[in-house]
Amino acid sequence: MKWGVVVFPASNCDLDAYHLLRDVLGEKVEYIRHDAATLAGCDLLILPGGFTYGDYLRPGAIAARSPVMGAVVDFAAGGGPVLGICNGFQVLTEAGLLPGALYRNSHLQFRCLETYVRIESSSIPFTGAAEIGKVLKMPVAHGDGNYYLPEEKRLELEENGQIIFRYCDFEGNIVREANPNGSVDSIAGVCNRAGNVLGMMPHPERAGEKILGSEDGLVIFNSLLEFYGNREVRGGA
Amino acid sequence: MPDQEEIRRKLGLSDSEYELIKEHLRREPNVTELNMYSVMWSEHCSYKHSRSSLELFPTSGPRVVQGPGENAGVVDIGDGFAAVFKIESHNHPSAIEPYQGAATGVGGILRDIFTMGARPVAFLNSLRFGELNSAACRYLFDGVVAGIGGYGNCVGVPTVAGEIYFEPCYERNPLVNAMCVGVMPLERLVLGKAGGKGNLVVLAGSKTGRDGIGGVTFASEELSSDSEKDRPAVQVGDPFLGKLLIEATLEVVENGLVTGVQDLGGAGLTCALTETASRAGSGIEVELDRVPLREAEMPAAEILVSESQERMLFIVEPEKLEPLQEVFKRWELDLAVLGRVTEGREVVVRQGGEIVAAVPAESIAGGAPCYYPQSREPAYYKELAAFEPLTLPPPKDYNRVLLELLGSFDLASKEWVWRRYDHMVRTSTVQGPGGDAAVIRVRETGRALAMSVDGNGRYCYLDPYRGGMLAVCEATRNLSCCGAEPVGITDCLNFGNPEKPEVFWQFEEAVKGMAAACEALNVPVVGGNVSFYNEVDKEAIYPTPVVGAVGLLECPEQQGKVAFKDEGDLVLLLGGNELSLGGSQLLKSACGKVAGRPAAVDLELEKRVQDLSRRLVREKLVESAHDLSEGGLAVALAECCLQGNLGAVVDLPVSDRREDLVLFGEGPSRIVVSVKPEKLAETAALAKAGGVDLFELGTAGGGILKINSSSKPLISLTLDEMKQAFEGVFKWIME
Repeated sequence: MKWGVVVFPASNCDLDAYHLLRDVLGEKVEYIRHDAATLAGCDLLILPGGFTYGDYLRPGAIAARSPVMGAVVDFAAGGGPVLGICNGFQVLTEAGLLPGALYRNSHLQFRCLETYVRIESSSIPFTGAAEIGKVLKMPVAHGDGNYYLPEEKRLELEENGQIIFRYCDFEGNIVREANPNGSVDSIAGVCNRAGNVLGMMPHPERAGEKILGSEDGLVIFNSLLEFYGNREVRGGA
Repeated sequence: MPDQEEIRRKLGLSDSEYELIKEHLRREPNVTELNMYSVMWSEHCSYKHSRSSLELFPTSGPRVVQGPGENAGVVDIGDGFAAVFKIESHNHPSAIEPYQGAATGVGGILRDIFTMGARPVAFLNSLRFGELNSAACRYLFDGVVAGIGGYGNCVGVPTVAGEIYFEPCYERNPLVNAMCVGVMPLERLVLGKAGGKGNLVVLAGSKTGRDGIGGVTFASEELSSDSEKDRPAVQVGDPFLGKLLIEATLEVVENGLVTGVQDLGGAGLTCALTETASRAGSGIEVELDRVPLREAEMPAAEILVSESQERMLFIVEPEKLEPLQEVFKRWELDLAVLGRVTEGREVVVRQGGEIVAAVPAESIAGGAPCYYPQSREPAYYKELAAFEPLTLPPPKDYNRVLLELLGSFDLASKEWVWRRYDHMVRTSTVQGPGGDAAVIRVRETGRALAMSVDGNGRYCYLDPYRGGMLAVCEATRNLSCCGAEPVGITDCLNFGNPEKPEVFWQFEEAVKGMAAACEALNVPVVGGNVSFYNEVDKEAIYPTPVVGAVGLLECPEQQGKVAFKDEGDLVLLLGGNELSLGGSQLLKSACGKVAGRPAAVDLELEKRVQDLSRRLVREKLVESAHDLSEGGLAVALAECCLQGNLGAVVDLPVSDRREDLVLFGEGPSRIVVSVKPEKLAETAALAKAGGVDLFELGTAGGGILKINSSSKPLISLTLDEMKQAFEGVFKWIME
């Protein structure tokens, strides 16, 4: 099992994901450049946070058209697990791998703070080790995390179980004050129909060590390890 | 065609400076050369008014690898690693264009760090604005905060600590001081030297344009009501390019592809060429036609003084050019070979085949005159110093006073500010904003760095000597409260026009005070920045030296925190007894007065208190530690309670002093700690052995902060009441 962390120009949470996987979880991991043609045989992919291309045009818009994205799209189409965090989520929506769009935060400011999210579905590989309703403490740090999609699409996501995380208070109540960016229906993370591509604004890789304030993010990585641990995923593109 | 005299006057060169230039050149300078001298002999680059005083600072020590004079200071932090740090002002640009002024301040200090070969790991900042009831001040404040976040967030370096104060004197001249800390293996250190005849001089990064023309000269003059027209002197930042430059530069340094690195900041190419040549005792020849430009037809002088951001100068051995080009191509960055290092000591600049400037490098980079300005005690000084705050009646309702202080812009929670900065990226921030100091772990060595930035303009205005001392003491005490050993400081000295004797007196006194404190506490100054001419329409700011301090912990787990921890922990006050309401937050908030004198400093005691604090924190004898600063004991206790979400019941030490002085008086060398009852004896023994007084104040617990004096209740406030005052202040005024 090998993890790949995709590095675009001005990705900046690549190191954090890499560190967590290698030093905390003891996993095999390597960086994959934005201009790579293949995914170097990686079994699980992370699109990390950052400000790819300076957020110019729209966050994630330019990175979504990087050479490596062809391989990422193929990998996802073949069922390979792809986790987009923060800017990585934005890249995935811009690439059409995930529904919806991430607008400017409703208050128009960047926000870096601890948030709580509630797990809304545990039937996908990213949350399989947790239970529905479990509350995770993870920080956000973004200026464009205001998730939006039209009402009928949202209902469709709900029906399909594609809404994976919602912002909540520490007891798991979905309240307006717990929503840091104005996301519709307090949505913090969604997956594709097949359940192998997940995008989320909170940073699980920043919540993987006690000394950083939370280890709640580990459940996502552990779920993936549990699900894929004993099988060959795809062997990369 | 304007004549030479008009030009040099416009460029801010005095007659005697002009004569000196002629002496250096042994001929008349041309316009291009005049421009080069003008920017490099500006106060910002040459320190011509401050150099003589700055010599007072101790700059060496067993850990110092590189002191002042390079792009940043370098300090050994063990295991073959070094911390690299510096603070710099970007006041004038921020006064005119707050977002870009602050953003490029951050970008500039960032380049200073990775130029040395270090990976930037943290930003800090120190800000001053006018009172926020003015819309103009709110605009500046909001713009500066957005600009700091805009750049810092994008480049992926966490902004972990800072301080912000509000006084009318900063209304039109805000202070924006940005500090950056980096970490690197010692052997990777690379200096800004253009050595080795025949080596190539390479310019990389952004194209050169007309932004920031003469920025340093603009920064070395007073602001006035029509400074608005100088907006083109403000640079424009591109953090995306900045991030790529970090990665590309660190890669070429790591692979040993460059022999010298210098960033282009103030005074642009002129500064980079002349400083690198001057440091190496060599010369440089360049062709300006090879500089990638944003617009055609820029005259030589403009290309040479442009402060376009995100540019680097590299000195490269010819055979390493190709691998260097490969790296930059991969990062999609421009790179141009401008010329070569030569044997002479001249910087020769050609454009269109003709020599447009030929100047001795040393004369530009180090040949500025050194001034010994007149110094005179200001008229206000004795009058304000003679004021005794205790002649005022004491406040009647201490509950109200404490709430007012907690809700004052100066002391209220700054979360509204720092939640707009990514303070967690790089997952190394083990103590973020809000504590006495921030703590960053160093993954490569397992150790940790604590960092803090401090300054108090009111104290320095009332007594610059004590104020200077207090700034150094507080910055280092903040580190000691986290358990960290201070290893070096960097300073940003913000003052008015030094050509005014009263301003220069403030400067001299403050520097003397800082130097004395550094000597006594054994902390070297490894770099810094002087920002003079902080005046608008002849009104100077308070003298505001700001101290950025960096300390070392053996491991992140050693760190101390402010918050009270458990019910029943004993609350102790350690240290000094010297208190004053002069220049205090109480006097300002309750009476609107800035007068009196700050407390005297006993540097020996300060050292003992800090030594003790580090020992207690590191050995885990105490559960919390917090230094006392603005607002005194009462505010410090409230902060420990708020952070720990835990009340406390305390009794003031018996004394014949007035209660308001004991509650809110400010003085150095004091910290509040909490200990488990079973650790009290050991703690007290260490305090005694360390020559530090210890008072048992009371016990942490409950949901109320109760402060009594001989069992008479003075303050009784619930956590919620204090929280309401302390939080949300900025949201309320700004949104």
